[in-house]
Amino acid sequence: MTAAVVTGLGVAAPNGLGTQAFWKATLAGQSALAPLTRFDPAPYPSVLAGEIKTFVAEEHISSRLMPQTDHMTRLALAAADWAIDDAGADLRHLPEYGMGVVTAASGGAVEFGQRELENLWSRGKEYVSAYQSFAWFYAVNTGQISIRHKMRGPSGVLLTEQAGGIDAIGHARRHIRKGTPLVLSGGVDSALCPWGWVPQLTTARMSTVADPDRAYLPFSADASGYVVGEGGAVVVLEDAVSARERGAPHIYGEVAGYAATLDPAPAAGRPPGLRRAAENAIADAGLTPQDIDVVFADAAGVPELDQAEAAAVTGLFGRRAVPVTAPKTMTGRLLAGGAALDVATALLALREGVIPPTVNVRTPAPAYGLDLVVDQPRDSNLRSALVLARGFGGFNAALVLRRCDH
Amino acid sequence: MTALRRVAITGLGAVAPGGIGVKEYWELLTAGRSATRTISFFDPSPFRSQVAAECDFDPVSAGLTPQEIRRLDRAAQFAVVSTREALADSGLLVDRLDPGRIGTSIGSAVGCTTSLEREYVVVSDGGRKWHVDHEYAVPELYRHFVPNTMAAEVAWVAEAEGPAAVVSTGCTSGLDALGHAVELIREGSADVMVAGATEAPISPITSACFDAIHATTPHNDEPERACRPFDRTRGGLVLGEGAAIMVLEEWESARKRGAHIYAEIAGFAARCNAYHMTGLKPDGREMAEAIDAALHEARLSPQSIGYINAHGSGTKMNDRHETGAFKRSLGAHAHDVPISSVKSMIGHSLGAIGSLEIVACALAIEHGVLPPTANLHTPDPELDLDYIPLTAREQQADVVLSVGSGFGGFQSAMLLTRPGARS
Amino acid sequence: MSASTVTLTDLTRMLRESAGEEEGVDLDGDVLDVSFDELGYDSLAMLQVIGQVQREYGIRLPDETVADADTPRALLALINTSGQVPQTR
Repeated sequence: MTAAVVTGLGVAAPNGLGTQAFWKATLAGQSALAPLTRFDPAPYPSVLAGEIKTFVAEEHISSRLMPQTDHMTRLALAAADWAIDDAGADLRHLPEYGMGVVTAASGGAVEFGQRELENLWSRGKEYVSAYQSFAWFYAVNTGQISIRHKMRGPSGVLLTEQAGGIDAIGHARRHIRKGTPLVLSGGVDSALCPWGWVPQLTTARMSTVADPDRAYLPFSADASGYVVGEGGAVVVLEDAVSARERGAPHIYGEVAGYAATLDPAPAAGRPPGLRRAAENAIADAGLTPQDIDVVFADAAGVPELDQAEAAAVTGLFGRRAVPVTAPKTMTGRLLAGGAALDVATALLALREGVIPPTVNVRTPAPAYGLDLVVDQPRDSNLRSALVLARGFGGFNAALVLRRCDH
Repeated sequence: MTALRRVAITGLGAVAPGGIGVKEYWELLTAGRSATRTISFFDPSPFRSQVAAECDFDPVSAGLTPQEIRRLDRAAQFAVVSTREALADSGLLVDRLDPGRIGTSIGSAVGCTTSLEREYVVVSDGGRKWHVDHEYAVPELYRHFVPNTMAAEVAWVAEAEGPAAVVSTGCTSGLDALGHAVELIREGSADVMVAGATEAPISPITSACFDAIHATTPHNDEPERACRPFDRTRGGLVLGEGAAIMVLEEWESARKRGAHIYAEIAGFAARCNAYHMTGLKPDGREMAEAIDAALHEARLSPQSIGYINAHGSGTKMNDRHETGAFKRSLGAHAHDVPISSVKSMIGHSLGAIGSLEIVACALAIEHGVLPPTANLHTPDPELDLDYIPLTAREQQADVVLSVGSGFGGFQSAMLLTRPGARS
Repeated sequence: MSASTVTLTDLTRMLRESAGEEEGVDLDGDVLDVSFDELGYDSLAMLQVIGQVQREYGIRLPDETVADADTPRALLALINTSGQVPQTR
C-alpha cells in the first residue's frame, strides 16, 4: 500500500512561531505558560494560558480576509503557508483535484462567535456580521485553506476535541491511499476569550494554580489539571512515491499506523479505549510495542486521567519500558491543535534523534511506572514514535510515526 | 489488495419536520406536503426571514430519560432518538457484537448551537457582559461547546467503542459523515457504522447570520409555500432541523444474518470549489467532479442514474449551479432523469439534511416512489430538467444520486443502488 | 432635502472597515465609476458594507441594492435618495 509521508511542517505554538523557533524552545525547555493577557482572567478561577504573543496577523493575512476571519483561522492560514513552503511543493504543478485539506476543530472560532452573539443580544440583529455565517463554524479552517491554495480534492473536518489532530492526519492518510497525492492536515485552534474560557471551566479539569511552573504537572503527584493554550500545526502529507519523485526537500517521517477508539458509556463497566487505540495503531503500522522508541503522551494532568493513561502505556509496554514525554507542558493543551502539534514534535524528534522534555514535573509519581523524560532532552536513536491523544467524551486516538531513511 | 468490502444500509431512523420517525417522514414526502411554518421557537418578527421547518419533537414522548433531556442539546436528542429507531429497524443485536468493531460517524454543521446561544444569553446577562459569568454556567456547557460529544452519545446507545467522530463540513456534513462511515467499513476499521447527521439550528443567531447574507427567504406570507427550489419565484432557503441516523453494515455480514438491506452505498466523493466561502459558480464544475468521482468509485455509468435527489436549497445560485453540474456529469441523460428537492418540504437542516436526503433515497428505492419538489408551480425557464413538480412519482430507480453543496465550498455526491440491481 | 450627505470618503472608509482593501487597488484614487467587482468586493462584502451604512446612517436600503448598485456612484446615489434623513455620527 502507498506510504503517506510528512514532507512539510507549519508550527504555530505558544513557545515558538515557526518550526525552528518552536523546536529550539522545546529542546531548551522554554515554557510559554503565563498569566493571560488576551482578556483579563481575574473574574475566573483559572488565570494561566499558553498564548502566542508574536503573531502579527496583518503580516500573513490580506486586508480583505481580516474582517472575515477569527484569530484561530489566521493562525491556521499562516501555519498552512509555512507547511507548504517547507515542503517545497510547487502547487501549480499538482492537479487541482489532487490536493485536499483535512483539519480538526473543537469549539469553532469562538472569539468571532462571541462578538457576534454580543452584537445580536446587546444591539440587535442588524449588527451581526455577514461573515458570521461561516467565520465561526467548525469547517472554516478547511474552507479557507482550500480557497487560499486552490485545493479542490477530497477534504474534510473532524471533531474529536483534543484527539482531533491525530484523527485529521489519520483521515488525510486515507485520501493519500485512495490516490490524492497531497493533503494538508492537522489542527490549529484558539478559544482565548471569555466565552471560550467559561465552558472549559465547567469540566473542572483546568488547573486553578496561579504559578505557571506549578499549574500543569501531568503524571506528578501534584497534578491539578491542565493549562489551555492556543495554536497547533499543519502538516503536508504526501504519497511517498510522488514526494520522492518531485525531490521533496524533507521527508520527516511516515504516518505508519493510526487507530481511533471510543471509551464505553460511563456505566458500562468496560475498560477505557486508549490502550486499544495504541495497540491497533501499532498493529496497523505492522510493528510490535517493542518497536516503539518513544511515546508522546496525552498528559491530561488530571489525576484519574493520568492514571488511566499510565495504565494503558505500562499495560502495553511494561513498567518504565519506553520513554514517555509531554512537551505540551510548555504550551498547554491546544484543543484541536494539540495532537497535531505533538505529531509535528514527534516528527522533529525522529529526525533529530532527541526526545524533547516534559517540563516542571521533575519527579513523576512512581506509582505510574512511567519513564518520563523530564527537564532535559534525551538523545536517543529513534525509529518509531507513538503519539497518543484523548478528546473529551471518551475519544482516543493513536498515531505511529516512522523515520524514513533515504 | 483484497476485494472491496461493500456497504449496506440496514436500518433507518429519522426525526424530521412534519414527522418523528421514518414512517411519518416518508408519508410527508410522498404526500408532497410542506412542513415549513412561521417560526414558533422565538419571536421571529425582527427578522427578514420568519419561516422555518420545525420539528414537533417532545423529548419525553420520544423516549428520552430525564437525565438525557438535561444533558443533551436538542440536536443530540434528535440523534439519540433516531439512533434507537435505526438500531431497532436493523434488527442488529449490538450486545452480540464486538463493541470495538462498531463505529460512529455523525454529521453536524453547527453542533449544539441552540443550547450554546441559550446559555450564552444567561452567562452574558443578555449580551451585556463580555466577561461572561462562570457562576451561571450549567454543568453541560462544555458538552455543548465541543459537539463531538454527540457522536459519543450515539455510540453509547449503540454500545459502540470503535472509531467515533463528528464530521463537520457545513451543509455537506450529512453526506460526508456517511461517506466517512463507508470508508471505515471498506478499509476494515469497522464492520458496523452507526452513521448519519443531526442539526437543530433554529435560533436567533442562525436566523441573524442567514438574514445578514440574504440566504433565507423573505417569503413570510405563506409559510408552507416558503421554500421553492427550481421555481421562478424562489426567494432563498428555509431553515430546517432534524436528524437521520442509519445502520451501515459490511455487505456480506449483513447478508449472512438475513438483514433487510434497503440499499447499497456504492459510491461517494467530496470536492472543494476553492472559490468562495459562500458563493457558487453557475457551471457546477466541482460538484460535477464529485459526481464523476462517485460514479467512478461505484463503477457506474452516468446513464445508469435513475433519480437525483438534488441539493435544491431554494436559492437561484444553487439551482443554476447544480443544474449545471448535472448536465456536465450526465450529458444528455440529465434531461431524462427525474430530479427533486425534499428541502421544499422539510427545509434546509444544514448539516443534517444530507442524511435525511439519503433516507429519502433509500426509501425511494425501497418503495419505487420518487418524492416530489413541493411548491414548484412556476418553473424557472432557465432550468430545463425534470424536477418532479408537486406530486410524487411511482417509478423504480436502481441507481440514485444525492448531492450536497455547502459553505466552505464543499461539494459532495453519493450513489445508492437497489439491492440486487447489480451483482 | 436629500443633500449628498454620505460622500465617497465616507463610503471608502466603510468599505475598508467592513471588508478591507484589495491588494493593488487604491480606494483613494478615482474609483467612483469602478465596479465593486473590479475593486475586489464580492456580494458578501457588499452585504457587510451595506449593513454598516444602514447602521451608521439609520437608513434602510432595499434587498436589491447589492445587485443594483454596482459602483460607488450608484451606491451613493441609492443611499442619498433613500428618502430618510441620514444621521451623521
